[in-house]
Amino acid sequence: MPILNNNPQLNKNGELQHLLTIEGLKKAHIDHILDTASSFVGISDREVKKVPLMRGKSVFNLFFENSTRTRTTFEIASKRLSADVINLNIQASSTTKGESLLDTIDNLAAMHADMFVVRHAQSGAPYMIAQHLNRTRSDVHVVNAGDGRHAHPTQGLLDMYTIRHYKKDFTNLRVAIVGDILHSRVARSDIHALTTLGVPEVRAIGPHTLLPGGLDQMGVRTFTNIDEGLKDVDVIIMLRLQNERMSGALLPSAQEYFKSYGLTPERLALAKPDAIVMHPGPMNRGVEIDSAVADGSQAVILPQVTFGIAVRMAVMSILAGTHA
Amino acid sequence: MNIHIKNGRVIDPANGIDAVQDLFIADGKIVAGGADFTAQHSIDANGLVVAPGLVDLSARLREPGYEFKATLESELQAALQGGVTSLVCPPDTDPVLDEPGLVEMLKHRARIVDQANVHPLGALTVGLKGKALTEMAELTEAGCVGFAQAEEPILDTTVLLRALQYAKTFGFTVWLRPQDPHIGRGGVAHSGPLASRLGLSGVPVMSETIALHTIFELVRATGARVHLCRISSAAGLDLIRAAKKEGLPVTCDVGVHHLHLTDADIGFFDSNARLTPPLRSSRDRDAICAAVLDDTVDAICSDHTPVDDDEKLLPFGEASPGATGLELLLSLSLKWAQEGRGAGALTQAIAKLTHGAARIAGLDAGTLSVGAAADVVLFDPDARWMVEGRALASQGKHTPFLGYELAGQVMTTIVRGRVAYSRKPSN
Repeated sequence: MPILNNNPQLNKNGELQHLLTIEGLKKAHIDHILDTASSFVGISDREVKKVPLMRGKSVFNLFFENSTRTRTTFEIASKRLSADVINLNIQASSTTKGESLLDTIDNLAAMHADMFVVRHAQSGAPYMIAQHLNRTRSDVHVVNAGDGRHAHPTQGLLDMYTIRHYKKDFTNLRVAIVGDILHSRVARSDIHALTTLGVPEVRAIGPHTLLPGGLDQMGVRTFTNIDEGLKDVDVIIMLRLQNERMSGALLPSAQEYFKSYGLTPERLALAKPDAIVMHPGPMNRGVEIDSAVADGSQAVILPQVTFGIAVRMAVMSILAGTHA
Repeated sequence: MNIHIKNGRVIDPANGIDAVQDLFIADGKIVAGGADFTAQHSIDANGLVVAPGLVDLSARLREPGYEFKATLESELQAALQGGVTSLVCPPDTDPVLDEPGLVEMLKHRARIVDQANVHPLGALTVGLKGKALTEMAELTEAGCVGFAQAEEPILDTTVLLRALQYAKTFGFTVWLRPQDPHIGRGGVAHSGPLASRLGLSGVPVMSETIALHTIFELVRATGARVHLCRISSAAGLDLIRAAKKEGLPVTCDVGVHHLHLTDADIGFFDSNARLTPPLRSSRDRDAICAAVLDDTVDAICSDHTPVDDDEKLLPFGEASPGATGLELLLSLSLKWAQEGRGAGALTQAIAKLTHGAARIAGLDAGTLSVGAAADVVLFDPDARWMVEGRALASQGKHTPFLGYELAGQVMTTIVRGRVAYSRKPSN
């Protein structure tokens, strides 16, 4: 029978060994990460913003796809845990010289890395790396920092942290995710996290060209009309619309998109009065979100960034304490 | 050499035979035996099935051009080990098989290796570029049994129309894998809940059905004979069933993996399950299984595609599609027959691997009729073996069935009256 059907992100005791996706995690895993994160939130306000939990450990940021923001937050999180951080922009180095991905991984593992933070344009790439490390009995941990359209679990977790911070309880919420669900790894991670944490109604809002099939099987209600979709929701998660998708066969123009799906104060008024507005960044003001909303009192976009550091510290410190 | 195969269960679907009897071979042909037959070699086939050598309608040998992935020697050895005595290879080699000289060279190489019979498909268009027709008559003289585009699309439907008209002129068969040139291009998995969840770009079923509609209109207009390769969906099979009922000169095959696996077998991005066409839903898989039984499907092929580690050990979307198949074809077809499909299923499976396939390619193969070429396989239908790299002769070691135990072990393969392969006693 199939050899590798066991979930590669858990060790044989069911503990988190790698963080590759939120799908399949137990509620207890997520709660543990969020609780740990809350103990780290205060650290950033101290005069010495460091704890020694990962002193002497080496974290390699392996970014096969460009990203400044996510890489920086992982770098900060590592440093606040007192780890040594090595940033590798792999696009520009070995793989263009013909070295295979797994050869690169073997080489870096031989340098006694303790953790790989992996960003890759291909869905599933961090799985391949984690499975390879499991197979070679390496004890390097893998954190998925975004793979293709598949998953961005630390973003999903920091979104959950933010929701929990403002709403306390997940089991009475309506959450709407708005925009390019089709191409969004953030949306997928959020959906899995929200349904795992017991949110009774998760909505996806967008035009048919940006809604993937099979969302209902993921426990999501889809809306193509944003006004209907936002009615009485507690949380609105806006997604970034990539420049290359703003005109073409998916959408005619950014202007028309804003007109049909942009979050304006008028639309925000359809949600519950205390609804919060989230965005994974970077924002396109005037494309998916009106500046008045982005800078308004209901927006929690900057707190998301702050919480993101604590959540990444939590993930890394938990993984570092787990053994294969 | 005269060979006498004794006491085997002879299954010869073309002649409606399923009985324990003896089989006689002389001068490379099946003969009637009788009092004046003297055997120089006799084989005790007690407990074994004796069937026509298998005919595989799609096996990539990777020669010329991709010898680092596989060579004729390794792949034809794999064929014999899998009981395959004739195979049809698609033209997507490097250079592509679009010139008679290349086809002659391949046939010549195959004759020197002298294992299974190799029957190339010629390229339908020069360089498979979908623009200019190849010299189909010359290519046929060189040994091509049909013409195909392999995985390359024809963007201009006029060219496809002309190709069918031209093929019809000479009575050639055009082999097409129905795929829309645009919809699903670049996709890596069946469009469905799994692809959505894993964030993999999809190939929708309509990619196959739109192409089938187009092909059927062109067949209606031209009367050309078209063989449809590796149908993957329930909707596609429904269209083919209707087209056959209408009397269109079309046949079809399915890949053996698609009898068993679905997109769910991709699991956690297992690139061994990256196939072309993609594994689809369980409803599609069930429809494929049913269509083999009701004769909508004419043949089962291995779709043998050796892929090396460098091209397989990659993120799912970047990994080369395809799996090794020659040595799994028989076992996986038997597995289909054994999954509660009734008394005739074994014969039906063998039919789809022998004369059903041979007819499509116009080969003198796939039967045990007196006078036919003596291509024969002897196998133990119950003996089990483990699918693992070292058990495979093919240079392609990647298969979604890695680690499975399968029933059906080839014991002896006879090609043109010569014992070309005998399984060594296991230790």
